[in-house]
Amino acid sequence: MSEQRGGACADCLRRAWLLAALAGHIGNADPRRERLGALLALPDMTLIDALGGRKAGSLRARHEQFDAAAAREECARAGLAATCRHDELHPDALGPLPDAPAVLHVAGTVERLAELTAEPAVAVVGARRASPYGLEVAHGLGRGLAAAGLTVVSGLALGVDSAGHAGALEAGGRTIAVLAGGADVPYPPSKRRLYGRLLKTGCAISEMPPGFAPQRWSFVARNRIIAGLAAATVVVEASERSGALITAGFARSLGREVGAVPGHVTSPLAQGTNALLFDGALVVRDAGDVLDLVLGPGIRPARAPRDPALEPRLARMLDAVASGRDTLGALASASSEAAEAMVALAELEILGYLRRGAGGRYTVVADPPSGATAPVA
Amino acid sequence: MLACVSTFAIDGIEPRRVLVEADIRSGLPHFCIVGLADRAVREARERVRAAILNSAFAFPPRRITVNLAPAHLRKVGPGFDLAIAAAVLGAAGDLPADGLARWAIFGELSLSGELRGCRGALAVAEGTRRQGLNGLVLPRSRAREAALVEGLTVAGVESLREVAELVAGADAPALPPPGPPGSAGAGSGAEGRMEEPDLADVRGQGGPIEALEVAAAGGHSLLMEGAPGTGKTMLARRLPSILPPLARPEAVEVTRIHSVAGLHRDSGLAARRPFRAPHHTISASGLVGGGAVPTPGEVTLAHRGVLFLDELSEFSRRALEALRQPLEDGRVGVVRGQHAVVFPSRFSLVAATNPCPCGYAGAQDASLCRCTETERERHRRRLSGPLLDRLDLLVAVQRPPAEVLGGPPATSSASVRERVVAARERQARRLAGTGARCNGDMGSALIRLHVRLAPDAERLLAEAYRRSRLSPRGRHRALRVARTAADLEGSDGVESRHVLKALNMRQHEPAAELAA
Repeated sequence: MSEQRGGACADCLRRAWLLAALAGHIGNADPRRERLGALLALPDMTLIDALGGRKAGSLRARHEQFDAAAAREECARAGLAATCRHDELHPDALGPLPDAPAVLHVAGTVERLAELTAEPAVAVVGARRASPYGLEVAHGLGRGLAAAGLTVVSGLALGVDSAGHAGALEAGGRTIAVLAGGADVPYPPSKRRLYGRLLKTGCAISEMPPGFAPQRWSFVARNRIIAGLAAATVVVEASERSGALITAGFARSLGREVGAVPGHVTSPLAQGTNALLFDGALVVRDAGDVLDLVLGPGIRPARAPRDPALEPRLARMLDAVASGRDTLGALASASSEAAEAMVALAELEILGYLRRGAGGRYTVVADPPSGATAPVA
Repeated sequence: MLACVSTFAIDGIEPRRVLVEADIRSGLPHFCIVGLADRAVREARERVRAAILNSAFAFPPRRITVNLAPAHLRKVGPGFDLAIAAAVLGAAGDLPADGLARWAIFGELSLSGELRGCRGALAVAEGTRRQGLNGLVLPRSRAREAALVEGLTVAGVESLREVAELVAGADAPALPPPGPPGSAGAGSGAEGRMEEPDLADVRGQGGPIEALEVAAAGGHSLLMEGAPGTGKTMLARRLPSILPPLARPEAVEVTRIHSVAGLHRDSGLAARRPFRAPHHTISASGLVGGGAVPTPGEVTLAHRGVLFLDELSEFSRRALEALRQPLEDGRVGVVRGQHAVVFPSRFSLVAATNPCPCGYAGAQDASLCRCTETERERHRRRLSGPLLDRLDLLVAVQRPPAEVLGGPPATSSASVRERVVAARERQARRLAGTGARCNGDMGSALIRLHVRLAPDAERLLAEAYRRSRLSPRGRHRALRVARTAADLEGSDGVESRHVLKALNMRQHEPAAELAA
């Protein structure tokens, strides 16, 4: 079986089918991380006996008669490729997972997935209800990591996950979205466009068969894949009970690096990340910190320092925004200065140093793209 | 006997001449009014009868038929009372027919024979003038308003008795003095004399004030984004004070519209630009005009002034869609049956919205906002679409920092208005003969012709476009606004700082979203 290249064997496809068939039962069992890991590590028959209940008999029969050819055909219809753990193109990084997924269904090609996972990968995960700060940092991390040639892995969720993907795409980098449902279905649906964009160069993967509608436990299960694929997992913003902390937990138990972006100690969105930091996670301030961690200290493309040619008035304005005077009202307390401040803010924005957010609040762009320093005016 | 009196019906805001014919002949005592009259007109019978008797005339105890011609025009309201009474008295021989033919007569009667104020006096006066009649009799409280029409004899009277004397050949009484308390115009009360809100009352808010100035100077519509209680309404109320002062023809238009709508309480000319702030539950026809009898909507009441839509995202989709025609054409057509009425609607649009459903996105403490990305997205989508395309400017309004609250005002409406007037004059010269009045009206052809960018400004705009901070539409808006920024500085060329100012006040672009 180990001779195949870019495909999935019948046993593994059967395993994926079984998980989908038992999905409701798995959800009814306790979906906490520890229990779920143990469940997913069980062999097929034990799993049926443990969870099947009254349906165990019929499930066993269907298990017996599983038609791998039909399953492969269904994948092809959905435009997915598949790779199983016996396939030589299957990502090696997932090997150490005790409950590694049997099959990965791939939107994109298996070869591309292999290429992407051959590079060191970093997971950027965090809150769905992220703050503008969280989105900005995640976007910057995605951009910085992708620009250094790393693969950004995340879960396509609202908020931080998507900002990480979008940042990587903006830098022209490649990114993997690990989905809790079928890899052919963008979830959440509002991220359809992002899904389409990332498929052009990256891929979306899932252990569940095509068309599978995600369930609560399958989000936890996909988090183990995110953590497994990544050499380091960075949590950008997370409340106390965030799913991102589950990913961090998986990463830690795999012995992978865990980083977190510090936040206000008073903000609920920083409770989770600050707790991670307290427990010894690496402080992540920018993509550079992650590159130090993954590639080794100092091994990274030289970061462009702030352009020394930046006019003093613009540099002053940028410093003021960075120090928290981030609205026009705060920057130009005397109204007579407002016109001048508006001009400077717009210029910094176009140069790529600042971003204007909701309610006219400016954020400093993390890792301004390299083109940012090209003088414009 | 037959008598005939001229009066006017208000159709939309246009006066239409109506002839009131009264015929008295022998028969059982009977009084009927025909000619597509509404309830208020038919009830005139009772008022007219009582007023005639209480004015010490005899009410003819015979068969009286009053006809309002033309019969196809719907007649509404109590303004026909006086004309009907005069026609009845004329037919009874109490008033001379040649006297009646000289005047248009308009007004509502009380049972005692006194006259009450009425709506639309100015429109009626214009109609009288247009029809070549030499004089208008109407209630004294509205006489000054009617006298705004030049070359017309206006007789302000207080009772039916006075009308009779006038028709019999007495001189028209002098106009009442302009609006002192106790005059006929009183009742308009303190509201009319209250000071106009001024920018000198504002502390901080430098950005929004700049945006108001640009909006006023270029006729651009403005969207203010900010949490509840940051001062969006307060700022919008001050826009009329920096718009150029009302020219006389404009003031006449405003007075006529407001008089017809019953909003004009002073007896003279409207002194300031109207400010209308309809609630977000308003219907489409409330906003643009409509109703069984076409009535002007808020866009028309805001004609030559400011229409302020607070909580823009809460307005119904239909109401916002309906705003497109008045915004583009400067007038609204309301069609009822075979009958179309056109209302003017040239106004400055100011809208306000929360940055997100809860209002706290962009607050100092970002975690205050509990909206999900989906909710924020939905909020944005509600706002987007054709209307947002027409809002040239976006400005964020924040709570002013504490240290500026005790300070001196940064500016005053008078000084801003001076710059605005100068900028408008430059535009008027440049755009003369093009149909556009100000930069906000410029289409793409005019933009190409009149917005000449300096080379570095051109580079800047291209860079903004390249970084997808700007959509093609947004680029057009930025060019229009940059032209206005240059006009405010009296500059012929558009420099990079003008473009930057315009870019600072541009709308959010969907492409700039972080997590998209």
